[in-house]
Amino acid sequence: MSDPKIDGFELKPGFRGMASDTGSDQTMFKGVHWGKAMMWIFLLSDTFVFSCFLIAYMKGRGSTPVEWPNPSEVFALEAFGVPVPLLLIALMTFVLITSSGTMALAVKYGYEKNRKMCGWLVLATAIGGLTFVGMQAYEWSKLIHEGVRPWENPFGAAQFGSFFFMITGFHGTHVSIGVIFLFIYAYKVFAGHYENGGKRGWFTTMKGDYVEIEILGLYWHFVDLVWVFIFAFFYLW
Amino acid sequence: MSDEYENKSGYQAQSSEALTGSAGSTPDMDYVRPAELPEQDLYHGHTFLTKWVFCQDAKVIGVQYFLTAVFTGIVGLILSWLMRLQLGFPGLAGFITAEHYYQFVTMHGMIMVVYFLTALFLGGFGNYLIPLMVGARDMVFPYVNMLSFWMFFVAVAILMASFFVPGGPTGAGWTLYPPQTILEGTPGSGMGILLMLVSLALFVIGFTMGGLNYMITVLQARTRGMTLMRMPLTVWGIFTATVLAMLAFPALLVSAIMMTLDKVIGTSFFMPTILKAGEVLEYGGGSPILFQHLFWFFGHPEVYIVALPAFGIVSDLISVHARKNIFGYRMMVWAIVGIGALSFFVWAHHMYVSGMNPWFGFFFATTTLIIAVPTAMKVYNWILTLWRGNIRINTVMLWCLGFIVTFVNGGITGIFLGNVSVDVPLSDTYFVVAHFHMVMGIAPVMVIMGAVYHWFPLITGRLLNETLGKWHFWATFLGAYSIYFPMHYLGFIGVPRRYYEMYDSPYMTSAVGMNEFISLAAFLVGAAQFILIFNIIKTLKTGKPAPKNPWKANSLEWHTSTQPPEHGNFGERLPVVHRWPYDFSVPGAKDDFIPQTTPPSEVVHTKVEKT
Repeated sequence: MSDPKIDGFELKPGFRGMASDTGSDQTMFKGVHWGKAMMWIFLLSDTFVFSCFLIAYMKGRGSTPVEWPNPSEVFALEAFGVPVPLLLIALMTFVLITSSGTMALAVKYGYEKNRKMCGWLVLATAIGGLTFVGMQAYEWSKLIHEGVRPWENPFGAAQFGSFFFMITGFHGTHVSIGVIFLFIYAYKVFAGHYENGGKRGWFTTMKGDYVEIEILGLYWHFVDLVWVFIFAFFYLW
Repeated sequence: MSDEYENKSGYQAQSSEALTGSAGSTPDMDYVRPAELPEQDLYHGHTFLTKWVFCQDAKVIGVQYFLTAVFTGIVGLILSWLMRLQLGFPGLAGFITAEHYYQFVTMHGMIMVVYFLTALFLGGFGNYLIPLMVGARDMVFPYVNMLSFWMFFVAVAILMASFFVPGGPTGAGWTLYPPQTILEGTPGSGMGILLMLVSLALFVIGFTMGGLNYMITVLQARTRGMTLMRMPLTVWGIFTATVLAMLAFPALLVSAIMMTLDKVIGTSFFMPTILKAGEVLEYGGGSPILFQHLFWFFGHPEVYIVALPAFGIVSDLISVHARKNIFGYRMMVWAIVGIGALSFFVWAHHMYVSGMNPWFGFFFATTTLIIAVPTAMKVYNWILTLWRGNIRINTVMLWCLGFIVTFVNGGITGIFLGNVSVDVPLSDTYFVVAHFHMVMGIAPVMVIMGAVYHWFPLITGRLLNETLGKWHFWATFLGAYSIYFPMHYLGFIGVPRRYYEMYDSPYMTSAVGMNEFISLAAFLVGAAQFILIFNIIKTLKTGKPAPKNPWKANSLEWHTSTQPPEHGNFGERLPVVHRWPYDFSVPGAKDDFIPQTTPPSEVVHTKVEKT
């Protein structure tokens, strides 16, 4: 289906507008593409998943009888012979947030029907995500070399490794899935699947549209936002 | 249909003739906003595989869900027979060891709550009824919907596989409390628990795919004129339950992942330091209470995930079969939403004896008692709907009345258990077993049965046999009361739940006869369910064809182009809705029902309310 633009509706502002949208027939979110609404609700559900993980982490960290390791020592990286705390994490965070920027631009160019720019920017986002996953793999292997395991570690409470590998692993899985889709969608944009009314997808009769890039972007921004929380809870606490 | 679709239309009324879609001139009073969205393109299957197996039609998916859930339900029923065999007549069936008994308890609980009731209400009735009732051609993402069912199917297959692995299925109790769940000595602590956790995780993933469909279909794909406050309460119940599930299942997913890691790679999320036969185990430093919090953050909304669709469906059934509008529709809607919201703030009332801070108990007792208020409102409204209604005592109505009685019974014992000081002595006794079976076992099943008798003609085009249906009802209703009413007494005298055998304990003297009686009733109730299966088979073979809209209902599912509805539901034109689905027995109207599609200009001289 095509995406009816929000400017096709004369929406009233503020609480009154919200009430009249809610009270109207057919749709509650006027002009919002089904897929986009779905992604928002999925992300709400996923927020609860990550919240459960992080609350469990707080509870686990609070109730362990053994001392929690000092994150600025554990996560330090040698640069020119000096251990710099949080260097790698700062780089990872920078790359991921930058990829959010390229994603936002890709959405803009997509809606402007600028196929080439949109495609290149989705590709750049994918490469940014891949770099992040690569750096995370480096960080994991570094910690594993230092003896950190999910069930034990030389720095303190065993739960440190458990929560660290589980939560960053779960987030990394999200990033990896996003990267795979970014590559697929970069191909789809370049191949012109969203041009001229859109190409029908596999085993479905729905037609492609540049709104799909925005939906993918929502997911990608969410993954970045979650990273900010993980960053704060693991590295700064 | 493209002529009806106005992409650039605003809210402001345009000239009405072009917009209402009906032929000729229609009065302004029949004006309905033009369609916002173009028609949904549907994928029509052509081969047997795409038509009946990997089908994208929500109705077929609903039936697939229904049948799979009923299959698991029959497994759960057989397990309950085996449990009652052991409890009523200890030692009679020599093959039931204590380990087996715990495995039966666990699998019965998990199957009935998650794989039977949740899947049946949301996957089964949700898929079948939501698109029909809101006037959509299908779910909004048919392909994802199809994946949802097959994910559920795989989850069920893995769950059933756990019966056949070495060590058997897990026997840790359906709550799967650590640390005992994954420690040696608990039945099925090897492969059994692992398969259970994997199956639960897949269930959550599969459900998420379905749940997104149900929510977006309700929010974004209603037909013209269908406002939220004109939706049948069935849709409200299923919708709110889906919202709960989308927010509660994450906690189950997370606890399943963490416990899997504890089991497989030896982390200690939930595992404290444990001494076993004088030796300290590898585990240490984890928090078993954390699991209980995560589990019940899922587990309590889960109760309402089962109950809210039942509330919604029973409201519709009562209204149709009492030929009267539902009393306090808006109150009913807000009660459903309110119960749904409150259900996230009551979870720790399952944990009064877990050793958590007593102030927690105080807080959660308060919220638990508050949730009784909207629930009681609903019960009053059902009764006030029946008050002076033109009640038809058919099979469907009997099931509805049975629901009200069993639900009130279970609800009142819930108030007992919601208070900490009353709960502590009653905790882990048969009183609790009686309570939750009454309120979320028997009561929702009564609604399911009523719904089956009600919608069977829609799905198959044939009416189920009424005589058999009444036998089925009375055997189930009286039998279920015979099972669970005495259990309250067993709880009061202190018989603990989950015990394999009472041996020579003092409870035995008064509990023996009662346990035998309960077991006999349980065998009877279980057997009575085969009346329904016989009825269905008989009806499909020789039953009389149902007339169109046999119950004279108003909601859209009965006003499709064909009965049973074909793929796409409504034929050429989507229906246009002008009213709520509860205009029964309106003074001055020709019939005692006014379908939702009847425009106001046709009922000008009646005393119909504006809805």
